[in-house]
Amino acid sequence: MKYDVIIIGGGPAGLAAACGACENGAKSVLIIERAKELGGILNQCIHNGFGLQYFKEELTGPEYAERFINLVKDLPVQISLDTMALEITRDRKVKCVSSTGGYQELEAGAIVLCMGCRERARGAISIPGDRPSGIFTAGTAQRYVNTEGYMVGKRIVILGSGDIGLIMARRMTLEGAKVLACVEIMPYSNGLTRNIVQCLQDFDIPLYLSHTITKIIGRTRVEKVIVSRVDESKKPIPGTEIEFECDTVLLSVGLIPENELTRAAEIEIDPATGGAVVYENLETSVPGIFAAGNVLHVHDLVDYVTEEGKRAGAAAAKYALGEHRSGKVLKVESGSGVVGPVPQLIRLENVAKSQDIFFRVRNIYQQANIRVLDGDNVLCTFKRNHMIPSEMERIRVPRTILNQAVSDRLVLSVESREEEQA
Amino acid sequence: MYDVLIVGCGIIGAAAAYELSRYNLKIGILEKYNDVANGATKANNAILHAGYDCVPGTLEAKTNLEGIRLAKTLCEKLDVEYRQLPAMVVAFNERQMEKINVLYKQGIKNGVPGIRIISREEILEREPNVSPKVIGGLFAPNAAIVNPWEYAIALSETAVRNGAELYLSTEVTAISKEDDVFKVITTNGEFLAKYIVNAAGNFSDRIHEMVGGKGFHHTYYAGEYYVFDKNQCRLVNSLIFSCSEESGFKGTTIFPSVHGNLLAGPNFYQVQDPEDLATDGQRLAELKKNILEVVPCIDFRETIREFAGIRPSTNIDDFIVGESPYCPKFINLAGMKSPGLSAAPALAKICVDVLRDAGLTLDLKDEFIDTRKRIIFRELDEQSKIELVKKNPLYGRVICRCETVTEGEIVEAIHRPIVPRSIDAIKRRCNAGMGRCQGGFCGPAIHMILARELGVSPLDIVMDEDGTYILTGPTKEVAR
Amino acid sequence: MKQVVCIICPKGCRLSVNENTGEVLGHGCNRGEEYGKNEVINPTRVITSTVKIAGAAYPRCPVKTNGAIPKELVLKAVRLLDDVELHAPVTLGDIALKDIFGTGVDFVVTRSMERAE
Repeated sequence: MKYDVIIIGGGPAGLAAACGACENGAKSVLIIERAKELGGILNQCIHNGFGLQYFKEELTGPEYAERFINLVKDLPVQISLDTMALEITRDRKVKCVSSTGGYQELEAGAIVLCMGCRERARGAISIPGDRPSGIFTAGTAQRYVNTEGYMVGKRIVILGSGDIGLIMARRMTLEGAKVLACVEIMPYSNGLTRNIVQCLQDFDIPLYLSHTITKIIGRTRVEKVIVSRVDESKKPIPGTEIEFECDTVLLSVGLIPENELTRAAEIEIDPATGGAVVYENLETSVPGIFAAGNVLHVHDLVDYVTEEGKRAGAAAAKYALGEHRSGKVLKVESGSGVVGPVPQLIRLENVAKSQDIFFRVRNIYQQANIRVLDGDNVLCTFKRNHMIPSEMERIRVPRTILNQAVSDRLVLSVESREEEQA
Repeated sequence: MYDVLIVGCGIIGAAAAYELSRYNLKIGILEKYNDVANGATKANNAILHAGYDCVPGTLEAKTNLEGIRLAKTLCEKLDVEYRQLPAMVVAFNERQMEKINVLYKQGIKNGVPGIRIISREEILEREPNVSPKVIGGLFAPNAAIVNPWEYAIALSETAVRNGAELYLSTEVTAISKEDDVFKVITTNGEFLAKYIVNAAGNFSDRIHEMVGGKGFHHTYYAGEYYVFDKNQCRLVNSLIFSCSEESGFKGTTIFPSVHGNLLAGPNFYQVQDPEDLATDGQRLAELKKNILEVVPCIDFRETIREFAGIRPSTNIDDFIVGESPYCPKFINLAGMKSPGLSAAPALAKICVDVLRDAGLTLDLKDEFIDTRKRIIFRELDEQSKIELVKKNPLYGRVICRCETVTEGEIVEAIHRPIVPRSIDAIKRRCNAGMGRCQGGFCGPAIHMILARELGVSPLDIVMDEDGTYILTGPTKEVAR
Repeated sequence: MKQVVCIICPKGCRLSVNENTGEVLGHGCNRGEEYGKNEVINPTRVITSTVKIAGAAYPRCPVKTNGAIPKELVLKAVRLLDDVELHAPVTLGDIALKDIFGTGVDFVVTRSMERAE
């Protein structure tokens, strides 16, 4: 079976890619989704805060997903639920399996990778101690509580103040648990201020910045955790130990793009993002294979995921219809203060009016300049008044500016304006 | 009344049960945890040692060599992951080189095939990622890696298929003997037996003491390991041992696992409690340093998890195998430190001989089931995958993305002769949840499948041992 | 004077609000002034949670309040949900619990869920 575009993943990125592909001429689109329903992780994100940018409305995760699920119903999009993509090949075949459809090998004019991401688990950050039950990543707990309808604990300590941890602090409290503390290793919280207020402060849950869990104790189930303050190099300071008697630890310590399929197809991965290296139109190092959403780089706003999904779908449709890109390539690299720019490569002749570049900053900046450098030459500067590592930044670089590049690489860097004046 | 009761179903007890189930005997196996292989068998380095580490003339030396000779066919018959790999002990200074020479001589005496001293150049040619500071080493081609818990599961499942009776969550608390019959009191009832085989691992001293035995009181030694993502596995091609200068400690090893991960460890420290498997930040940091001295390019950001393993040590420098001088018809298979895993099949055969000498009548069964085959979806070729899913659609639903494990495999594992009752028991049998995300995504799905297949509430499912509950109650039931 | 961090935009202006007069200092815009006043005089919240549902693919259905209710009612309001049981099929927007404590605000379904076999 051959499709114009096959999309791996039916979460927000995949749903948007399907829309983008159909809007740009694709006549046959297939979404392969491993769960029994579309929507991806949004189905378990029952809290508010989605869609403020895209719909100018504040929606819960399931509501946001349902908007796109309904859109896709009216498009020439086939959906294969309960189906796992096992392998993709460089000549754009997809091998997948499902209990109803069996094992199948499909062909695509173009593929869009939208597999999302997974959570970092305990071992990856090495918390020493016993091996009791009661340690969950925040997302796994969220699945049990919101979808399966089971509580995972009564007295909870949360490690990591990113939004998932904060959201679960509130969720567990509303379901009758006692959240004793949120512990964050950095000197600032990773989450939105709104969540600090409405998830922690509303319920008098203390936030311990510059602290981390140094030991978990419990023979069969968690019994207590030891929390210590850390110094500038994130090492625990002896003598600062606080003990919490709890039965549950929720970990919210980072997300990792889910690139099993990508790696197996030997598509180039960028170690800075954990996702594929892509061109200006979200095409990966393998022609005709595109990537969007958390699988490409971890987002904080689903609205950006939707935009990115649409662009990838559009580019995939165009590829399937014969429009293949090439041309001189500008590399986009990180300079001081910047990490993980996407796209990493720009084929200049394919940029229409401007090119959006997304990245994260390494520190908190109150008044800063983002500079795009070509060698020593500053091509352009963007002023920003408030940038933090947990919020993805976007700059829109005009084609006319990109044309001025003499070398084959652009470097993005951030300087605080006070430094400039000094 | 059992002819033989085996106390403990780790690799030693499982191997003994397997051998004994060839004979027309009523065999009972008493296992204190809720799954087999839950002690040292679960937490070791899974290496079948070449045998140069053992002091010549000891039972350890004899059974290590014999055990690894038997392992290859056994693992093939019973479908246990096994891979032959060379072992290399590397030295970074002259004192370590002297130790290497001692090991070499031991290896020759023990009959280790193909053992030789290896030059710095050859080490770096075979293993370009070993630190260039290496000056020489020892090479033995006949070592191997195995899936240690699958080994024990395969042996004990086969024993059960051949009529042995396994009692899980059954801890022996007292043993008395009257009129030549043992009365074994456990947390799960009383058992009577003519002979007892003590394969209780870390607790074998206590079991022996229950019948008035003396002579080997345990101290415990532990070791921590790092498990790395599969992308680190290409860094080594063999089992690389650093040269240990401590007795009783084989040295920190860097080696692949049968699942394709890289493992590194252990360190070596004493613990009081044989169930204290806690890891320690400082110890792990020290271990990391030692590992990087041998293979400097290992990326520690790619660790998936760490674990600790414990084994007993006694004042006797060998395995303690034989009828106890304190209690007739009580057979010890104790003192199982390394190379216990390597020696297991050979020790099992010796156990049979000891029982025969102690008076047990052994006549071989006419029929003995001696093979086992699992269905591992991800290893099948495409045609087999297509047919399998057609026959049983549950093999078409992939539950664990990281390791490509299907619902069919999980359900099959639940309905085997030894029923897994915890999430980790499923993990060990199917590899689900062993990958990068460590069960974060598939955990709830496995949980619900297990509850469904066992016919119990999800609230009753534990993570691993009894008492490791996962859920505390349904949502919306706060006030009740 | 109460101290409040404004959450309207990422700037996070630190506001000082007089509980008695409602006067706000430190705001960077009108929306912030409005937020500060409300947050001190009459703080409200939108609540999201789940309710039991029978006959659907999963045993819980997500719900939210279709308006903001006084903050001090939040913990009591979620306990009302303990006694709600919906029956599939439900449609996004269906009312799960009407008029929470006389506020005129309802809990509504946020995910359409079909009947499952």
